[in-house]
Amino acid sequence: MDYISNTAAEKNKMLKEIGIKEVKDLFQMIPEAVAADDELKIKAGISEMELMRKAQAQAAKNKSLDQQISFLGAGAYDHYVPGIIDALISRSEFYTAYTPYQAELSQGTLEAIYEYQSMICDLTGMGIANASMLDGGSAAAEAVTMAARITRKARVILPDTINPAYREVIKTYGSGVDLDFIDLESENQIINPALIEEKIDNQTAVVVLQYPNFYGSIEKMESISKIVKNNKKTLLLIIANPILLGLLKAPADFGADIVVGEAQSLGSGLNYGGPNLGFMACRDDRKMLRQLPGRIVGKTTDVEGKEGFVLTLQTREQHIRREKATSNICTNEALNALMATIYLSTMGKEGLKEVGEQSYHKAHYLAAKLDQLAGYQVLNKENFFNEFVLKSEKDSTELINELMKADIIAGYDLKELGSEGILVCVTEKRTKTEMDKLVEKLEVL
Amino acid sequence: MEEKLIKDYSSPGRKGYSLPPLEVEKSNLAENLADYLREDLELPEVSEVDVVRHYTALSEMNYGVDSGIYPLGSCTMKYNPKRNERVARTSGLTNIHPYQPVEQLQGSLELLYQLKLDLAEISAMDEITLQPASGAHGEFTSLLIVKKYFADREEERTKVIVPDSAHGTNPASAAMAGFDVVEIASNERGMVDLDALAEALDEKTAALMLTNPNTLGIFEEDILKITEMVHEVGGLVYYDGANMNAIMGYAKPGLMDFDLMHFNLHKTFSTPHGGGGPGSGPVGVKDFLAPYLPKPLLKKDEEKYYWDYQRPKSIGKVHSFYGNYGVMLRAWSYIKTVGGSGLKETTENAVLNANYLKAKLKNDFELPYAEDSLHEFVLSGSRQKEEGASTLNIAKRLLDYDQYAPTIYFPLVVKEAMMIEPTETENIGTLDHFVETMLTISREIKENPEIVKNAPHSTIVRKLNETEAARNPDLHW
Repeated sequence: MDYISNTAAEKNKMLKEIGIKEVKDLFQMIPEAVAADDELKIKAGISEMELMRKAQAQAAKNKSLDQQISFLGAGAYDHYVPGIIDALISRSEFYTAYTPYQAELSQGTLEAIYEYQSMICDLTGMGIANASMLDGGSAAAEAVTMAARITRKARVILPDTINPAYREVIKTYGSGVDLDFIDLESENQIINPALIEEKIDNQTAVVVLQYPNFYGSIEKMESISKIVKNNKKTLLLIIANPILLGLLKAPADFGADIVVGEAQSLGSGLNYGGPNLGFMACRDDRKMLRQLPGRIVGKTTDVEGKEGFVLTLQTREQHIRREKATSNICTNEALNALMATIYLSTMGKEGLKEVGEQSYHKAHYLAAKLDQLAGYQVLNKENFFNEFVLKSEKDSTELINELMKADIIAGYDLKELGSEGILVCVTEKRTKTEMDKLVEKLEVL
Repeated sequence: MEEKLIKDYSSPGRKGYSLPPLEVEKSNLAENLADYLREDLELPEVSEVDVVRHYTALSEMNYGVDSGIYPLGSCTMKYNPKRNERVARTSGLTNIHPYQPVEQLQGSLELLYQLKLDLAEISAMDEITLQPASGAHGEFTSLLIVKKYFADREEERTKVIVPDSAHGTNPASAAMAGFDVVEIASNERGMVDLDALAEALDEKTAALMLTNPNTLGIFEEDILKITEMVHEVGGLVYYDGANMNAIMGYAKPGLMDFDLMHFNLHKTFSTPHGGGGPGSGPVGVKDFLAPYLPKPLLKKDEEKYYWDYQRPKSIGKVHSFYGNYGVMLRAWSYIKTVGGSGLKETTENAVLNANYLKAKLKNDFELPYAEDSLHEFVLSGSRQKEEGASTLNIAKRLLDYDQYAPTIYFPLVVKEAMMIEPTETENIGTLDHFVETMLTISREIKENPEIVKNAPHSTIVRKLNETEAARNPDLHW
C-alpha cells in the first residue's frame, strides 16, 4: 500500500509536460558514484489488516500497565486522561497542520496556544510562558543555558534531588557552552539550605530546585529562595510538577525567575516517555523575554480591527537570527500543549485541585500502611506530595522482582542510581484495593 | 475574535470533570503543608460540552494536510495515514511506563529495533539513536557528538561551516554546541562553491553541515569532492536529513561519505506535524562515531532487546527518556505499510510532482536557478514585486483561494523566494488547481494589484498587525 494517487496515464501526462520520457530521468543529476544501485532491503508493503495484526503481535509481547498494578513515577506519571482529549485532538485540522506560519489559516492552533500560555502563567504564577519545549529535561536544560546568557555567568548549582535524567540532560546541554556545575548532596533526600548558602557566589548564574523534588519531597523553598535572592544576580529556576500546582503555592510565590516542568501528566498519557511536554515560563521582564527560547503566540488585531493571534517576537528564533538565536528549537510539542490545554479546561480549578488532593491522600494512606510494616520505613513521612521513598532491610531489586510475579510494579528501584530503596508513586488512578494488595504482598514476603 | 476564549465560557461552580469518590481516609494535608496551600488558581470553570464546542470551533479555524495542499518547502507536508494513528493508539503498545523492566517490553523494543534497522538501510549509516525529539534536536545531538569526538582525540576544532542556503536550525544548533559558525556563499548554480569551501576549510574545521539535495532542491553534483575536501582537513561531514524524501532508494547519505545525519520522522515518514510538533529526529552515524551517541542506546543480545547505559564516551542524555516513542510507532507503521519499493516510488512521485509544478509555473514566475531539481524548487516573486505585489502578498492571496502558501523568503539566497514542495501524496488534480490559482494571482497582479496587496480577504481574520504584536506583547489573558 502506498499513498500515491497519480495513475500511470497521469504520470505519463506529467512527464510529457516536463519534457522527459521516464521518471528515472529526473534523477540523472545524482552522480553514478553515489547512486544507490540496489533496491532497499526492506520488505514489500502490507495492507492495513496485516499492519494491525503486526501491531497487535508486538503488543502481545509487551506486558502493559493494563495487565498489572503500577506504582512507577520517577518523572512519568500515570494520571487519568479524560476521553475528551483524544476526541478533540483527533480533529485533523489540528493534528495535520504545520507550525502556524500563515496565521490567517491557523487561528485555531494559535488561539489554543495563547490559552495554553495563559494557563501555564496561571499555574506557575509567572508573567510569560512560551508555546512549549520538547520535554521536561530539555526544558530544564534550556532554562539553565538561558539563565547563563542573562547573567553572563557559567556556574550552576544542581542539587542531587533533581530528577537524575534531567540532571544528565542539563549537563549534556551545558557541555555545549562550557557551563560549570556544582553538585549538591542531599541528606535524607532533602537539600539543606545551608549547603546552598555555602556554595553560592558571585559567579553563580542559577540555582535549580525541583518542586516537589525527585523523591517527592517538598524542599525548604522559602529559605532557599531567600538565600538566592540575597545573592543579587543569581537566578532561581524551579522545575515544577503541574499537578502539584493545582494544590500548592505557585513557584512565583517563592521568587522563581524561570519555571519549567514536564506536563505529560496533563493529558498526554505515558507512551513510554514520549511525546512528552516541556513547559517554560519566566518573569514578566523584557530582558528575560528576549532570552526566552521557543515559539511565542501573541494577540493582536487585523486591518479591520478584529482580534486575532500571531507567532510573535520571532527575532529571537533560529529562522531569523540563525547562530545568534536564543535556541535552535523549531518543532516543539504543539499537539501535547493542546492536550494540556483541553485537560486544564476540562478539569478546571476544582478538578485539578481534586486530582492533586486525591493523589496526595492516597499516597499518604499507602505510605502510612507501609511504614507500619515491620522491616519497612518511609522517609520524609509528612513532607511529600504523591511519591515517597520506601526503605527496607531487604534488597530492593529482589522485592520488586517478587512483587512483579503478583502483577505489581512496586516503584522505581533507586539502586539504578546507586542509592537504596524504592521510589513509590501513587496517582488518583490507584484504588484502595490495589494499594492494599501491595501492602498484603509485602507483609508476607 | 471569531471564537471567544475558553475562559469566557467560565461560570463559577460549573464542572466538566468527574472523579471517583476518595476511598481512603484523608491525611493531614492542611497541617502538613499549611504554608504551601494555594488559593489563587483561576483555571476555567466550564462544562464538557463547553470544552467540546470551543475546541471544535477552533479546529474549524485551522487548515491541515487533510484540508488541502500544503506546499511548504522543506517541511514535507505529506498525507498522514490514519492507520498509523490507529497503531499509535494501541493500548498494549502505549500504556507502558519508561521505567518498566525491558523484559516486559520486548514487543515495543523489537519494533523500535526494526525502525532503527530500516533507517540504517535507507541511509547507509551504521548505528542509530532514536532519542532526539525533533529535527533541530537531532542536529544539536549530532554536533555534540562531533564536539565529543574531537575532544576525545584532543583536537581543538572550533569551526562549523554552513552554506548560506542552509536551514536556520543548522547555524543555531552549531552555536548551541559551542562552535563558531562560518557561512559560505553558494555558487551561481545554487550549489556549494568549492573555492569558498576550500578557503573556509582548515585544521580548526570541526564539520560541514549540508543538506543534499539542498534547500533549492538541487543535488550537489560535486558531493564526493565536497566530503573528500572536508575529510582531508580532518573534519566531519553532517547530513541534514530534512530532504530525505528526495532520495530514498536513489541515493544514501552514507554512500556520499557523510559521517553522521539526522532524520525527520515527521517529514519523510509521514507522521503528523501536530500544528508544530511532536516530531522525532533520530540520528544516524558511521561506526567510528557510535560510541558517542546519547545514552541509553537500544541494543540486542541473544536473549533480548535492552537499553545500553554502559557508554563511557557518550555525550549523555538529550531527552528525559527515549525520545518521542509515539511518533516512532507511526513511522514504523508507515515503513511497514509502504515497504522498500514503496519508499522508492514515494521519492519518485515527490520528485515528479515537484517537477511538474515547476514546468507549469516557470514561465509566469522567475526561476532563479535553472538547474534540475528534485522534490522541491524555489521561485522568485521579483517580477511580480516590480508589478506591485510581493511574495508575502502572493502567499496571503493563496489563502483566499483555500490553499496553504509555500515557504516564503527562504532560502535567503533568493530574493522574494517561494519554496514549493508538493510531496508525493498530491495528485495531478490538486497540482493543476494550485497552478491555476498561482496563474490567476499573477494575472490579478497585472490587472488589479490592490486585491493581491490587501489579501487575504476571505479568511477568518485578515492581515494581522505583527509589528504591534511584538511592540506591545499580549501573551496571555
